[in-house]
Amino acid sequence: MNYMPKMDRRSFLVTSAAAGLALGFNIPDNAEAAGMQTGMSAQLPAQMPVAPEINAWVVINPDDTVVIRIARVDMGQGTLTGLAQLVAEELECDWSKVTWDYPTPGLNLSRKRIWQNYQTAGSQGIRQSQKYVREGGAAARMMLIQAAANEWKVPVGECTVDKGVITHTASKRTTTYGKVAAAAAKLNAPAEPKLKDPKDWKIAGKPVKRLDTADKITGKQIYGIDIKLPGMLNAAIRQSPVIGNKIKSFDAAAVEKMPGVKKVVQVGDDAAAVVADTWYHAKTAIEALPIVWEETASNKVSSETIAAVLKEGLTADTKFVGNKQGDALAELGKAAKKIEAVYGYPYQNHAPMEPMNCTALWTADKCEVWSPSQNAETSLAVCAAASGLPVAQCESYRMSLGGGFGRRASSHDFVQQAVLIAKQMPGTPIKLIWSREEDMLRGRFHPISQAKLTGGLDDKGNLTSLHMRISSQSIVANLIPQLLKDGMDSFVFQGLNPGGTEGAFGYDIPNLLIDHSMRNPHITPGFWRGVNNNQNAIYLECFMDELANAAGQDPLEFRRKLMAKFPKHLGTLNAVAEKIGWGTKPPEGVFRGIAQHMGYGSYVAAASEVSVSKSGALKIHRIVAATNCGHAVNPQQIQYQIEGSFVYGLSALLYGECTVAGGKIEQENFDTYNVMRMDEMPVVESIIMPSNDFWGGVGEPTIFVAAPSVLNAIFAATGKRIRTFPLKNHDLRSA
Amino acid sequence: MVKLNINGKTQDVDVDPSTPLLWALRENAGLTGTKYGCGIAQCGACTVHIDGRAARSCSVPVSSAMGKQITTIEGLAVNGKLHPVQQVWLDKDVPQCGYCQSGMMMAVAALLKQKPKPTDADIDKAITNICRCGTYSRVREGIHAAAKA
Ligand code: FES
Ligand code: FES
Repeated sequence: MNYMPKMDRRSFLVTSAAAGLALGFNIPDNAEAAGMQTGMSAQLPAQMPVAPEINAWVVINPDDTVVIRIARVDMGQGTLTGLAQLVAEELECDWSKVTWDYPTPGLNLSRKRIWQNYQTAGSQGIRQSQKYVREGGAAARMMLIQAAANEWKVPVGECTVDKGVITHTASKRTTTYGKVAAAAAKLNAPAEPKLKDPKDWKIAGKPVKRLDTADKITGKQIYGIDIKLPGMLNAAIRQSPVIGNKIKSFDAAAVEKMPGVKKVVQVGDDAAAVVADTWYHAKTAIEALPIVWEETASNKVSSETIAAVLKEGLTADTKFVGNKQGDALAELGKAAKKIEAVYGYPYQNHAPMEPMNCTALWTADKCEVWSPSQNAETSLAVCAAASGLPVAQCESYRMSLGGGFGRRASSHDFVQQAVLIAKQMPGTPIKLIWSREEDMLRGRFHPISQAKLTGGLDDKGNLTSLHMRISSQSIVANLIPQLLKDGMDSFVFQGLNPGGTEGAFGYDIPNLLIDHSMRNPHITPGFWRGVNNNQNAIYLECFMDELANAAGQDPLEFRRKLMAKFPKHLGTLNAVAEKIGWGTKPPEGVFRGIAQHMGYGSYVAAASEVSVSKSGALKIHRIVAATNCGHAVNPQQIQYQIEGSFVYGLSALLYGECTVAGGKIEQENFDTYNVMRMDEMPVVESIIMPSNDFWGGVGEPTIFVAAPSVLNAIFAATGKRIRTFPLKNHDLRSA
Repeated sequence: MVKLNINGKTQDVDVDPSTPLLWALRENAGLTGTKYGCGIAQCGACTVHIDGRAARSCSVPVSSAMGKQITTIEGLAVNGKLHPVQQVWLDKDVPQCGYCQSGMMMAVAALLKQKPKPTDADIDKAITNICRCGTYSRVREGIHAAAKA
């Protein structure tokens, strides 16, 4: 079966440059059109009649089926369904008739970015596009009703709509969206469509099933790695295992005669690839290819040298201050009791189940990529830059993703490489697949960090001062240095900010200092589900427990006293405490821990129950999680994101560690980079408690609290305070 | 050229017998529903049935599958009727990205064949596939539901 996204449904010509792009290039005039990919291409007839586009977000077919345009990516987190619910809600269409398509970034550019931002990271897919997609649905509804009213020559106010059926009450006439769509498409869009009060939602806010499950259970779903194009060849790559080493030489002749091999090429300055008839042949040959690398100072770097550099940052001078109240350093000197602890967090790989891949076709006047990306616009920009062609002659088709978790947003190295290879074989589509080993060695790693926390208690056990010094690698400095402000990376302080809607610190401490020493080893960092919130929540929430313990107070009560000014933070904390039965006696041998945090716009908390056997074996029995994500667009999908985020976060806690020796990451596959399996999965009880007055994210936030709540429970069980990770490196037998 | 029986049909597959079955299925037989995740029998994304038993096809050479019945996710439904596991996976929205789920469902279908009413402990022991999206709770619920179906 050959698979080609359908791109022939509509063709556009732009007449002016699209402005304001964050893509790093200018859009030329007269860019020729690109395409639209149907979400259910497998089920649609090859030649679809051109259906009326009511507006950018809504297309209505004559048979009343509704096509909703989705700019953001669904990589398993349910954004596709949630966004469609929001549009359908305002549109008042029949949910059972909803399908979707994915406008390509080339089409977005040629239409002056009518679909706006494609970025799907930072739990922003829904919260940052909800307003304009809902307005798109509302505007389309108004136009459709207007078209019916025009046809009937009645005032629009006399018409109502329900599930895509428009009724003129007085005359009892009815028509459907499909019948008036063509006329509606010709009307002017209303200026400011009014949005529904979420109280009145009928489709949004409901636990409807995902739209995109059918193909995933039959093997039909086409992920990037599955694409087949006529005449396509396959490429396997070997990148320098030590990041930054360049290729000195490679001996192509040694593998050119191996089965299926067509060509051996250099890719950029740090990789070589074999192109062959099948990927298995390409991979077999690349493994046999002798390559000599140019060593650099990085070849001497190890986990130990990196740790030493970070440690120095714990006490060094710094001007990067993320949060400051009063004078923490002075007050710490006066404290009745001073508590100090140093924590550390390792490098971790995203390890999505589908390894990095991209397919590219280059000719002298066109370059196309088929790319599983978390941001198709970046994919297009990278394609254009690597191809040497104007962006208007490039396109990036949107393939299904076998997971993303930030890896497919942090870097589009896989796109660049596919194009660089394809450019050396003009006219031949090249599918580049990284082996799992390449994926592990050349990740965009969860940044490494350490933190030193010092807390001061007064003679009544009140927390009067706290200094949190973070010494860590900056993702922003590596990936988007233009976002540094006077050298400072504000992302480092995720969840620790003094206020704001994104990630506010939730404790009222009169003397507070949170500052950062930036130390950047050569290992490439990236945005890893939860990002800096992960270690920040562990550091802060475990240290809060240490302080409570030092003050001889209950960890929940100790926190509550500091949270009066933060009712939303406190709200989720109280909810999990109540549900887990905090203050009641747990089952014999079971111990509890609690944690809260705010990030990506949402307030989250967790309470865990664990036991630790005599031999030190940990069992996580149960975790109660609460999230206040403002509006809950699909409670079922939110619940699944809570569960999924816990698997990701607990995998990291139990096993996640990439160590460095000789400048190279040591873990190359799941045998040395283990992740959680079924048998370790705790019972997860979700409390979804939207306060309906803001829009927060759901893909990430709950991950923050899984690990600290478990760590605090481990302390309760064993008296052991674990401050470095993962847990596999520790003996949990009671002290 | 080797003869393989895949999803009830014997077909000629142009592949060296030492090739891992995973790649013969994906690249030579054109069945991409079976996924590559690790290549070293760790993740289970490549799980198929060989003579009715779950096997991690990345680590099975074609030569040892010759003369046996190979079933892939594409052959799990019979005559257009979804296998009970697929039906439950659809009804309960088990997949997230879905990438691991071909292997997951094949592993589960094989388990249910051997143990029609598996306990949680049976499940823990038999289903060791990796799902990075973290669908384990859904998978467990799905297995129990499919066992009742
Ligand atoms: S690909 Fe076969 S077990 Fe992972
Ligand atoms: S559903 Fe994505 S890896 Fe399992």
